[in-house]
Amino acid sequence: MINWSNFVSQLINGLALGALLALISSGLTIIYGTLGVLNLAHGAMFMLGGYAGFVAYQATGSFLVAVAAGSVALLVLGIVMERVIIRHFYGRPHEDQILVTFGLSIVMVEAVRFFFGSESRLVPAPQIMSGVTSLGVMIYPTYRLALVGIVAVALLALYFVLYRTRLGMIVRAGIEDPVMVDSLGINVYRVFMVVFGIGAMAAGFAGIVNAPVVSLTPEVGEAILVQTFVVVVIGGVGSFPGAVLGGLIAGEIISITSMINPGYAYVMLFAAMTLVLMLRPHGLLGTPGRE
Amino acid sequence: MMAATPHRRRPPYLAEILTAAALIAAPFVLPYFGSAPNTVNRILVWGLFGIGFDILFGYTGLLSFGQSALYGTGGFVAAYLLTRAGFPHVTTALLIGMVAAAVVGWLVGLVALRRTGIYFAMITVAIAEVFYFVEFNPLAQWTGGENGLPGVPTPVLNLGFKTFHFTSGWALYPFLAFWYFVGIVVALRIVRSPVGAVLRAIRENPLRATAVGHDIHAYKLAAFVIAAAYAGLAGGLLGVLQAFMPPDAFTFDTSGQLVIQTVIGGRGTLFGPLVGAGVWLFLQDFLQATLGLGAAWKLVLGLVFVLLVCFLRDGIVGAIRDFARWLDRDRRAAAEGTALPAATEPATPPPALRARHGNASVAGPILQATALTKHYGGVVANAGIDFTVERGEIRGIIGPNGAGKSTFFKMLTCEVSPTSGRIVFQGRDITGLGVTEVCQLGLTKSYQVNQLFNKLTVGENVTIAALAALRGRFRLDLLRSTATVPGLEEQVAHTLALVHLASRREVPVSQLAYGEKRRLEIGLALASSPDLLLLDEPLAGMSPSERAETVKLLKSVAAGRTLIVIDHDMDAIFELAQRISVLQEGRVLVEGTPDEIRANAKVQEAYLGGVGEAHA
Repeated sequence: MINWSNFVSQLINGLALGALLALISSGLTIIYGTLGVLNLAHGAMFMLGGYAGFVAYQATGSFLVAVAAGSVALLVLGIVMERVIIRHFYGRPHEDQILVTFGLSIVMVEAVRFFFGSESRLVPAPQIMSGVTSLGVMIYPTYRLALVGIVAVALLALYFVLYRTRLGMIVRAGIEDPVMVDSLGINVYRVFMVVFGIGAMAAGFAGIVNAPVVSLTPEVGEAILVQTFVVVVIGGVGSFPGAVLGGLIAGEIISITSMINPGYAYVMLFAAMTLVLMLRPHGLLGTPGRE
Repeated sequence: MMAATPHRRRPPYLAEILTAAALIAAPFVLPYFGSAPNTVNRILVWGLFGIGFDILFGYTGLLSFGQSALYGTGGFVAAYLLTRAGFPHVTTALLIGMVAAAVVGWLVGLVALRRTGIYFAMITVAIAEVFYFVEFNPLAQWTGGENGLPGVPTPVLNLGFKTFHFTSGWALYPFLAFWYFVGIVVALRIVRSPVGAVLRAIRENPLRATAVGHDIHAYKLAAFVIAAAYAGLAGGLLGVLQAFMPPDAFTFDTSGQLVIQTVIGGRGTLFGPLVGAGVWLFLQDFLQATLGLGAAWKLVLGLVFVLLVCFLRDGIVGAIRDFARWLDRDRRAAAEGTALPAATEPATPPPALRARHGNASVAGPILQATALTKHYGGVVANAGIDFTVERGEIRGIIGPNGAGKSTFFKMLTCEVSPTSGRIVFQGRDITGLGVTEVCQLGLTKSYQVNQLFNKLTVGENVTIAALAALRGRFRLDLLRSTATVPGLEEQVAHTLALVHLASRREVPVSQLAYGEKRRLEIGLALASSPDLLLLDEPLAGMSPSERAETVKLLKSVAAGRTLIVIDHDMDAIFELAQRISVLQEGRVLVEGTPDEIRANAKVQEAYLGGVGEAHA
């Protein structure tokens, strides 16, 4: 059962899932780090990105347009959501922020169910990335290989924005000390809006590029959200490198355990999370004292 | 609600009696409104499940999205015993399920409570997901996997002369209603017990709850286990109700539904989850069947939920409570009005609070710090401070901003541990202990920035601090009424009189004036009856008349205890203190009597910047 080619293909599966989780978790973690809001609607946003892309794909037949639509739609949704609802919750307890984003996630999931029904939808991979590729010891679906690259590029882009631009510098400063950033004369609230938009866009982009791999249903975001939480706990809240590292670890744990017995994938994931909580409560790359 | 209060007479056990009456009346009244007995039974199970969750979330402030794990555990243990294991007695099986859930809850709590806030929410979600997968796969042999456990029997009560069969519908109702009633009676006792007071304190201000001497981690774990026990019992009853234990008890949707129902009904009300469950099931029926919305009913529910979170934070029961208070406002105002003339407090100060340990037998200084040093990265906040305070002394600490005064205080109260050095309090080495332990030993602090329990009343605030002094760091007196804790009433009354807040006892902290809040801040520290009280800028932000009053207050407080005061108000410090230590750049610059300090050239230079040179 456990043979060499199977193992390698699970490793690559893990890498693909890990990269995807890293991207989604980065969105979650920079939103939390900057705004102090845990976005429980993040999984639903991942799902919405997929559906927005699906609609665009139906209309145009172009995968590229679908990816753009999924990303832009979520960027806009994120900004609107921040403007209309989230900003009224900055002064309220964490619990209320969690509750309102939880409520929004239900609204998103049920709205999609209302318009698209519960049956699954598929966005096919673009022509040039369809089919299989031979990797010597085994053959592997080409799109899944490409997915690793696509997500890696997106992560690099996010890295570039966070670490090489003025906005990114403000965001990272805001994660450390939002009050100080505010008193330096920078409009923190506008930054918050942009960050929420970028975080939502990361989820939406992940949602649409994953659509050729896992078909779309209204619930597709729920499992992703749980995995994202584990990633953030392992990597450390508010840490972009932590999200990437945590994502890769979680992806490999899920894939490799699934090869042996899928029923234990979550148990192992949870065991890893517990281990981190016991040994490094603030996460592998997190900062102590950041709640 | 906490201690016996002079005005606000309410018949004892009113909530219990009304609940019993409503539960008895329900089967006679509800059928006229077209309620199906099965729906009513379901509401009771969700309501019972929610009581425990409300203690965890509404009272303690811990928002768990993982209650399904415990609901499922209790349900499957009971159902397994009754179906596969051939266990004959339903009620005993339910109780075993409840205990199993409580034990699992304790283990889960040990992991989940390692972090608070959003971490806690995320970890509980993840743990619940694990339980779901474990039920489906590794344990499928015992739990029936995706098929669940069918054939759960219903309870039978044999009284000898008559046998009751609680089968289904209204015939099962009395059995469920009985357990709901027991659940609510126990919960009402818990929230009125000292533990209930501490749980609210944790929700309002965990930092201060720790600082006044409560072991909040132990209390949080207790709340988690209580919630788990309720969840386990409710899970077992679900199996009885459906004659089948469904695997979807373990889903995230179950936890989510519980959260939504509790918030819609009203958190921190105990009855909220029952009301919320009623609303949920009614909406489901009404929107789905009557309006023909089909699956879209949940979209409507989601919108209702978001609007409630935005605009009606305390849910339906909370709104009713607020409305009742609003109707009652005239009477309350009148009651407060009669108490108001007492604003000029009794002229004779009340007898001083007995300091807790009064350990005068221990010879030597009450506090001795040796070579205390604190580095923050490369920044040296305190460097080799030697500091000794004698019993009964009032010590002042002054120094320019950034001199390291607050860091020094934080080390003395063990909020931060020193990089090196040693602190001895009452002859005991306290270096490296926690704030809670040190407070229990008789050393506490009033904060520079108010750390109060903002949504609670003045009386409740002081009660919480006094409870730590009287009950120790952790005690599980869940069923005792707070009012019957020996010595509590005297302690609270004395403290309130000392800080001139006796007439404001029933007022929520959020309605206090700034000066009153500052006095309450000192009152919280006093109520834990410290031998050594540290005051971090007690006069900050006060008007001149408030300052004079507070200095007077501090003098009266000093009787029978030792005080260390940091402040920038030189006049006040020189008036109060017997000795003064001057800190500069993390070191003790000089120490002496007020007169010596006043005359000291180094101090003048530190404060006035080279006065000596100007004269030269």
